[in-house]
Amino acid sequence: MTAEKARIAREFIEKIPHCAALNMSITQIGEGMAQIEMPYDARFIGDPDTGVIHGGAVSALMDTCSGAAVMSHPRSPAATATIDLRIDYMRPATPGQTIVARAECYHITRSVAFVRATAMDDDVERPVATATGTFTVEQRS
Amino acid sequence: MSRAAPDPVQVVKQRRDAALGSLVSGVPYIQYLGIRFDRRGDELTAILAYDDKLIGNPALPAIHGGVTAAFLEITAMMTLNWTWLWPDIESGALDPDALAAGNLPRLPKTIDFTVDYLRSGLPRDAYGRARVTRLGRRYASVQAEAWQDNRDRPIAQATAHFLMPRKEG
Repeated sequence: MTAEKARIAREFIEKIPHCAALNMSITQIGEGMAQIEMPYDARFIGDPDTGVIHGGAVSALMDTCSGAAVMSHPRSPAATATIDLRIDYMRPATPGQTIVARAECYHITRSVAFVRATAMDDDVERPVATATGTFTVEQRS
Repeated sequence: MSRAAPDPVQVVKQRRDAALGSLVSGVPYIQYLGIRFDRRGDELTAILAYDDKLIGNPALPAIHGGVTAAFLEITAMMTLNWTWLWPDIESGALDPDALAAGNLPRLPKTIDFTVDYLRSGLPRDAYGRARVTRLGRRYASVQAEAWQDNRDRPIAQATAHFLMPRKEG
């Protein structure tokens, strides 16, 4: 992936209204890999007793990060859409800590891209959640 | 044969709506996304009011897939909470005043969540309903669906598994 394509992907994703709303920022992208961070925010709490972030916000982060990984793959023309995404929640994210998602597009065909992703907080040894998904590969006509 | 007269309709409705209100209003993320619930008897319909911040693809435009996933997860989770707590709400075992004060019972936790995207979400309101297909002592399975203009053309469907809290006491 060229630096130019990485810049375009970064701008494209950071301009997405919902990603901006969740304060997501890309910290790494290229060659089918992406890393996106989402800082802790009280508005995204799912359990008011503990202050743990809602799983839905983690889903949004995983979906965005997985899509970014597909876009950054050398054999991906550009745009992509999620076909399906499965998320396993291993443990609650620690309140107050930034959640970091890393996604890898590990296989791509003319029509389908396959992705796996992991979400972590400060304790990187114990993932918060993992995801696997398939994405469309839009053909340039 | 005699039995106690049923509670007046206003009392029953007030008790149910108060319980639902406490379950929904206590969760910041549900409020942030602008999701509310419509109740008909024990059936819940989730409503996602459209807002510009929900957009994921400004070119189409389309709702962000993460929003659709979160909406379905909230629909599934709330329907499970509602189904699970319903007998205690009806019997009065769950104190409505305690619920309103934010003293919620321990609630199920999501184990995994799978979403299939069927059509792109248009920039307008979306609706969701879920069905608890199994409610066990330790695990529950829930299916959920979201649609917009046409109930027979869902935009996404989901399956989720939940870990049930151990009964207190």
